[in-house]
Amino acid sequence: MGYRARLRVWRGDADSGELRDYEVDAEEGEVVLDLLHRLQATQCPDLAVRWNCKAGKCGSCSAEVNGRPRLTCMTRLSLFDTDETITVTPMRAFPVIKDLVCDVSYNYVKAREVPAFSPPEGLEPGEYRMQQRDVERSQEFRKCIECFLCQDTCHVIRDHSENKEAFSGPRFLMRVAELEMHPLDSHAEKGGDRPEEARGDHGLGLCNITKCCTEVCPEHIKITDNALIPLKERLADQRYDPLTMLFRRKRS
Amino acid sequence: MAEIESHDYDVIVIGAGGAGLRAAIEARSRGLRTAVLCKSLFGKAHTVMAEGGIAAAMGNVNSGDNWQVHFRDTMRGGKFLNNWRMAELHATEAPQRVWELETYGALFDRTTDGRISQRNFGGHEYPRLAHVGDRTGLELIRTLQQQVVSLQQSDHAEHGDYEAGLRVFAEFTVTDLLLDGDRIAGTLGYWRENGRFVRLRAPAVVLATGGIGKSFKVTSNSWEYTGDGHALALRAGARLINMEFVQFHPTGMVWPPSVKGILVTESVRGDGGVLRDASGRRFMFDYIPEVFKESYADSPEEADRWYSDPDDNRRPPELLPRDEVARAINNEVKEGRGTPHGGVYLDVASRLSTEEIMRRLPSMHHQFKELADVDITSERMEVGPTCHYVMGGVEVDPDTAASSVPGLFAAGEVAGGMHGSNRLGGNSLSDLLVFGRRAGAGAAEYVAAARHASPDVSEEVVTEAVNSALAPFEVTDARGQENPYSLQAELQQVMNRLVGIIRDGGEMCAALEQLAEIKQRAARLAVPEGNRHFNPGWHLALDLRNMLAVSECVAAAALRRTESRGGHTRDDHPGMNPKWRGTLLGCELRDGSIEITEHEQPPMREDLLRLFSLEELGKYFTEEELAVVRTPS
Repeated sequence: MGYRARLRVWRGDADSGELRDYEVDAEEGEVVLDLLHRLQATQCPDLAVRWNCKAGKCGSCSAEVNGRPRLTCMTRLSLFDTDETITVTPMRAFPVIKDLVCDVSYNYVKAREVPAFSPPEGLEPGEYRMQQRDVERSQEFRKCIECFLCQDTCHVIRDHSENKEAFSGPRFLMRVAELEMHPLDSHAEKGGDRPEEARGDHGLGLCNITKCCTEVCPEHIKITDNALIPLKERLADQRYDPLTMLFRRKRS
Repeated sequence: MAEIESHDYDVIVIGAGGAGLRAAIEARSRGLRTAVLCKSLFGKAHTVMAEGGIAAAMGNVNSGDNWQVHFRDTMRGGKFLNNWRMAELHATEAPQRVWELETYGALFDRTTDGRISQRNFGGHEYPRLAHVGDRTGLELIRTLQQQVVSLQQSDHAEHGDYEAGLRVFAEFTVTDLLLDGDRIAGTLGYWRENGRFVRLRAPAVVLATGGIGKSFKVTSNSWEYTGDGHALALRAGARLINMEFVQFHPTGMVWPPSVKGILVTESVRGDGGVLRDASGRRFMFDYIPEVFKESYADSPEEADRWYSDPDDNRRPPELLPRDEVARAINNEVKEGRGTPHGGVYLDVASRLSTEEIMRRLPSMHHQFKELADVDITSERMEVGPTCHYVMGGVEVDPDTAASSVPGLFAAGEVAGGMHGSNRLGGNSLSDLLVFGRRAGAGAAEYVAAARHASPDVSEEVVTEAVNSALAPFEVTDARGQENPYSLQAELQQVMNRLVGIIRDGGEMCAALEQLAEIKQRAARLAVPEGNRHFNPGWHLALDLRNMLAVSECVAAAALRRTESRGGHTRDDHPGMNPKWRGTLLGCELRDGSIEITEHEQPPMREDLLRLFSLEELGKYFTEEELAVVRTPS
């Protein structure tokens, strides 16, 4: 059932670029990344595209397919009509390096700004005890493969790169939530305050829970419902509790 | 030549998978300035694809487990060709390495009493694999990545610079190890983004580059697995051992064609899944080899009882070591009992409830649903063998991970010896941690001892290395040009067809001839289009040099070993020969060609030999080797 697929791929670099049309052989069961590879092998040997596992586990091959943020290795051709043109463009929220490869260093900068797990005092390796139901909440967030599609789609930064300074994006707000829910994290005992850091250092307030991040997550993590909203609620409990507010006002 | 970017470090780690990151954490924690160089983005290394778990005899689920049992299982899995000292260190230190991950923030699945849960796996006597569903590799890589960040945060607090003690060079390819005489003096590499070269000076380099699977057509490995570390070590004068042993994982996807080779975790069988032929028959009972008869059930009834009563029943044969299961599947298909797409059925749907499958195997469910339109909670999977792992690698000192080249260390898949002729599932992630840490420590001690010396190389050497890496741009005569993509495809066909799961002397001679021909043509590899700016065609042309060197090692060593053992099966030499057990094949580079040499295995320490029954040892060892344990101690 092979056919000639129509592909429109963004080619270019940081300075300039354009959409170019190609026709490439397609076979049953293939995914968009297969077409990009065949394009590389037969027509465009210098086509830049990131990929690693080709099984949806590493989060390298992120791009936008017909405008939607997707892993190209998990986007089946059967989603499209055989005569439909499939348009592949680089993630819009990040600066292009070349073709489909963009500069995602923003994410690594933000990752470094979230204080790491703080191991509990007085427990030696091998002495950690946690119940399955208590680790499950954080485990959901640790399914994240760092494809950065949630970052790409988030309207706070997608077309507003000026917000990148103040906003860490759903991926790293979720990282804060994950650590906040870790049963043995001792950040708070050592004077830290993860919900407050989410607000002050990572721009939690800029998120207005439109759930776009959840929609594009290839791991189906409920980023908004299970990470961002609980973090906001925790913050509201702490920060906007009438009694605490009164104390805070008195102290200042 | 213009001045190139250059940096000074104490230790350079090549590779950012489990072994590389653990080595870097160790070196940095001992106060050394450390660089990690990786071909992909940080956090994307191949470790991320490991699914089942980390083998460590913590005894959380069955308290009968301990390091001795783990050691025995590992040696049996490797058909006693393993470096016994590595297997001993691995079994004794693995629990500590897993517990340490919890102090970095890892969240494993738990037992009811709150400890780390452990699951069954092929070749392991007790439930031993610490896991997180079926995405354990992701947890491992993320945990180590976050520990690197944690150390960088401490450096930032102290020095105002995140990268003061530990820097990751992402999307960076190493082209050469630089040598001062016979000692390591650093590396040369380039940024994939812009093709600019970088020279890094350091007295110690840790290779942690993983495997070679991309030389085979059907593989579970990613583009990165081009044998870079193996080839760098060869070119630096180190010896590779055991290169004839390549593991074909029994269960890769076979349909649709575009996903052929993608891994289906062994946990499916560990958790109760069974293999069936086209008619639905559970065929593994026909394939229990003599050496394993005592520990594997010979009827489905006994096998099924084992899950609830492991003490009074023998294990299901689906949980034999990987080499055995892969050969069995291969044979079923060859004899015409396979599925329409040339595999066999892996059935978990009839064995576990939908809820159990969703809880234990979520990413397998996801993978089959999205890529093959198969719902594994109600349908059978089609599976067949796929190239998965190379047991062979750089010969190292077990305790320090040092190679024979001063300053060069190796850990993880790129190191050889630990797994003998066949690796058990789950022993890879633990290997990465145990020997990653030891390599970091070994490098740190080496640097401390060599503190006064600062090895370096001349500008000419660097210039020559740069020119050699740029050579593909110089092949401009269109008539003689070779395309890297086509040449890679040819190489993969040759290895898959002629040096695959079942081998034969004649076929391997043919393979060596064809490899020689490809190697000749590879001198005319050209960059078909574009410049040095993120150019995959150029990157592949450079990777191909490594793939070719390593493929030649595999084929030449496989031809020399005239027996069948573990990941090396020969139609023309079907039996296992005790004489060969004591012999390791080495690969060295002499005047541009691969030379195979034979080396005697160091005899196993007596107290370790005594962990096995004489009867069992007799199946593997020569009478002379056993003389020492014939007399009671």
